[in-house]
Amino acid sequence: MAAATKTKTRFGVVIFPGSNCDTDAWHAIHDRAGAPVDYIWHQETDVSGFDCVILPGGFSYGDYLRTGAVARFSPVMKAVAKFADRGRLVLGICNGFQILCEAGMVPGAMMRNAGQKFVCKYVHIRVETTDTPFTRAMKKGQVLRIPIAHGQGNYYCDGATLAELKRSDQIVFRYCTPDGEITAEANPNGALDNIAGICNPGRNVMGMMPHPERSSDPILGSADGRLVWESLIGGAR
Amino acid sequence: MAVEARLWRELGLSDAEFERIVSTIGREPTPTELAMFSVEWSEHCGYPRSRPLLGLFPKEGKYASRVQGEDAGGIEVAPNLTVLFKMESHNHPSQVEPFQGAATGVGGIIRDIFTMGARPIAVLDPLRFGELDQPRARYLLKGVVSGISFYGNCLGVPTVGGELRFEDAYRGNCLVNVMALGVVESDKIATSKAIGVGNPVIIVGNSTGRDGIGGASILASHEFGEGEEKRPTVQIGDPFTEKCLIEACLEALKTGAIVGMKDMGAAGITCTTCEMSAAGGHGMDVELQKVPRREPGMEPWEMMMSESQERMLIVAQKGREDEVLGIFSKWGLNAVVFGVVTDDGMLRVRDNGQVVAELEAEALASPPTYDLPYEEPAYYREAQSADLSKLPMPGDMTAVLRDLLASPNVASAEWVYQQYDHMVQTNTVVAPGGDAAVLQLKGYRQGIAVTTDGNGRYCYLDPYLGAQLVLAEATRNLVCVGAEPAGVTDCLNFGNPEKPDRFWQFRRCVEGLADACRFFRLPVVSGNVSFYNETSDAAVYPTPVLGVVGVLDDVNKHCTSGFERVGDAILLLGETRDDLGGTEYLKRHHKAVTGRPPALDLQAEKNVQAACLEAIRAGLAASAHDCSDGGLAVALAECCIHGGIGADVSLPASESALRLDARLFGESPSRIVLSAAPGNVERIREIASTQGAPVQVLGTVGGDRLSLSAEGKSVAALGVAEMERIWRSAIKELVEQ
Repeated sequence: MAAATKTKTRFGVVIFPGSNCDTDAWHAIHDRAGAPVDYIWHQETDVSGFDCVILPGGFSYGDYLRTGAVARFSPVMKAVAKFADRGRLVLGICNGFQILCEAGMVPGAMMRNAGQKFVCKYVHIRVETTDTPFTRAMKKGQVLRIPIAHGQGNYYCDGATLAELKRSDQIVFRYCTPDGEITAEANPNGALDNIAGICNPGRNVMGMMPHPERSSDPILGSADGRLVWESLIGGAR
Repeated sequence: MAVEARLWRELGLSDAEFERIVSTIGREPTPTELAMFSVEWSEHCGYPRSRPLLGLFPKEGKYASRVQGEDAGGIEVAPNLTVLFKMESHNHPSQVEPFQGAATGVGGIIRDIFTMGARPIAVLDPLRFGELDQPRARYLLKGVVSGISFYGNCLGVPTVGGELRFEDAYRGNCLVNVMALGVVESDKIATSKAIGVGNPVIIVGNSTGRDGIGGASILASHEFGEGEEKRPTVQIGDPFTEKCLIEACLEALKTGAIVGMKDMGAAGITCTTCEMSAAGGHGMDVELQKVPRREPGMEPWEMMMSESQERMLIVAQKGREDEVLGIFSKWGLNAVVFGVVTDDGMLRVRDNGQVVAELEAEALASPPTYDLPYEEPAYYREAQSADLSKLPMPGDMTAVLRDLLASPNVASAEWVYQQYDHMVQTNTVVAPGGDAAVLQLKGYRQGIAVTTDGNGRYCYLDPYLGAQLVLAEATRNLVCVGAEPAGVTDCLNFGNPEKPDRFWQFRRCVEGLADACRFFRLPVVSGNVSFYNETSDAAVYPTPVLGVVGVLDDVNKHCTSGFERVGDAILLLGETRDDLGGTEYLKRHHKAVTGRPPALDLQAEKNVQAACLEAIRAGLAASAHDCSDGGLAVALAECCIHGGIGADVSLPASESALRLDARLFGESPSRIVLSAAPGNVERIREIASTQGAPVQVLGTVGGDRLSLSAEGKSVAALGVAEMERIWRSAIKELVEQ
């Protein structure tokens, strides 16, 4: 295959019926990160033309059942799984993270927020590892100010899985105080171990509840989310 | 077969209305026709009782107002870019079933926006309930907020603002109003006219069921009786279908194959077929058996009255229907051709080919109007002559301030708005909690600001003045974020208009509002009237709620309310007077709702707003915050809380003759607290002087407390951390008690 080392990462944003952060992700990548980006309809069966696929936030297929439970069966998810198996990059944001869990592409599951209510607000997350294509432009221990907006972001996995996540450095973000302390008060949804984002063992699939696309433009209150795009650009194979 | 009187009375029609129908069509109506008249001539759809007065509202202002007589109205905020907006009520359904009532309210107003080709960009929810010590009020609040959260969050339209008010007057009748905004290129605004003989008539979206039958005519157009079971008349919302409907309708409009489109809100198929026909000067011939149904055995009159949600009526170009149907199929939605446009102006409804209704669309869409009698109520004179000068003076003003910050009418509404997605679409520049929300318009330098405001107490005590005070506050809120007020929508919530004292309240509010809008050159582009908000006990306060949209020339030059820098000067634009009537302080501390609401001088208001706007646009103000509920002391406390910094303030000596409680907690309008770098103070003074607005330096930003003194003596002081704790937790503690 011809070398194309300087080509920018080509992003694809999946649209499930009920996705509602698809255009936000598109704008953040296109307007703020300046990278090429296209939409992918949920009935597509081939996503191999992209370097990084985004599963955006929203309520795929209404999510009247369990979040992400229907989306995992959509035609595009077969293609996305194949894409990930080849080591290509997949980022699930919010509903996208929920779908990744349901599809078994990252371990664990989402429960309803501990407060039983939808929560939309700015939170702080601490970067736990920079050894992923999604966080390589960050510093370990760096605190990002970034919004969340979800009703089911209470991440859970069993003890053995948690131990494995820790052992293999798969916990990517944890909710923290503005000073970077991991406390119960800083945890907005009851997530196990304050987990806000994790990656798969191959480190090419990441799910995160906070919204980097909502914090990519300084006029909206924070541009910390741009570090995700900056990490990804030029970083795909 | 003669129609029985029982039937029309059950449908909410009076005997006189029935006679009128008979004389209009020259025969007795069929049962289906009678049902159609009952919804179309109801107050909810046809406004027969309010329409004569609504003509008083001005339609033009500084910004070009777009669209008349459609589902929503709007103003042009940038070249060829129109913001469409409208507010509606879902009071009665929410009182009966708070979750679905509020949810479907969001769904309905959003459809009014995208039916015109606009992408919905924001929702605001002004909410009013009984006092939170009542379990019923807490139940309603929780249900309504969950319903809005459920529906709005799923749609991906941010809920960027609203209001939260608690008064005993809303105990039996909560007010759930909802405003939506959308953007559309001005030359692409879609209409709801049915034209072109032979063009196909298409119903899209959800299938039709028995839900919501009679919602408009029965639920929304009558008072609540004790213990009435009206739950079956509340509709059920499906936000996922609505989200797909938004995308499919906007995509279908882009093809150019659509002639007209209308949302099926109240009165469903009846309303859309007859109003689209009448608007286009055409007729329609439709077959009900082709309409997708949720259950078998529905009678034609039920089909015509159903208020099943998430449905739209579309007239497409003949020969291009497949293009349209294909788009809906792609989004997994029903779309069925069930009729054609005709040239005879008749709305012909068939069931299995047999004509079950045949009415002139224009007659159906033109309900009669009534001039209702009105009479000034006795309480009004009493309140006007109340003497507040003898009120006992509180001994501890710090305690009063602490108590006002804990009032749910003053405290932070974050318990509510954190349950709403207010950031999706990535346009929210100033989020809920500020004086007004500010939204960017991607690709444009301009931005818009939007706020909703109402004040039932003021309007109860003096409807004419009260309505003007509401407009003054709403526009002042916009100015505080750096926007120029540009257009108004209203939701007029009142009691039973057939009672002369209630109709007097309505009349005076409309007159006051119309005069003030004219003075400020603001068009009322859309609106909604909700009558019969009363139980056998009492009516709600007369509560016109306004949604006002403003324009920022440059969205980067917006302003927020929190103090920013230690050492900045604190200035007050405007003047304080002895204005205690109708205030939150009077209600909370003296347990009284009486007096004259604060006096309003429209010219003084205009001057203060002009000065504030100019100071912000010139980049001179670090913060700006309107003085309203709780007066100057609460406004200063909020500036401290939002900024996380204290302030040292001396009340102006010029007002030393006023009562101290009025100086601190009185609600004189036309006042704005600014903070600015000391080097900018002179220029702000010059601007204020040029604009004819009084301005005084009150003190300095800094420290960790708000300290208030008068004539050299400390009168109140409170730590910022304590104020913030009280103000942030008050509503959560009341709701989750």
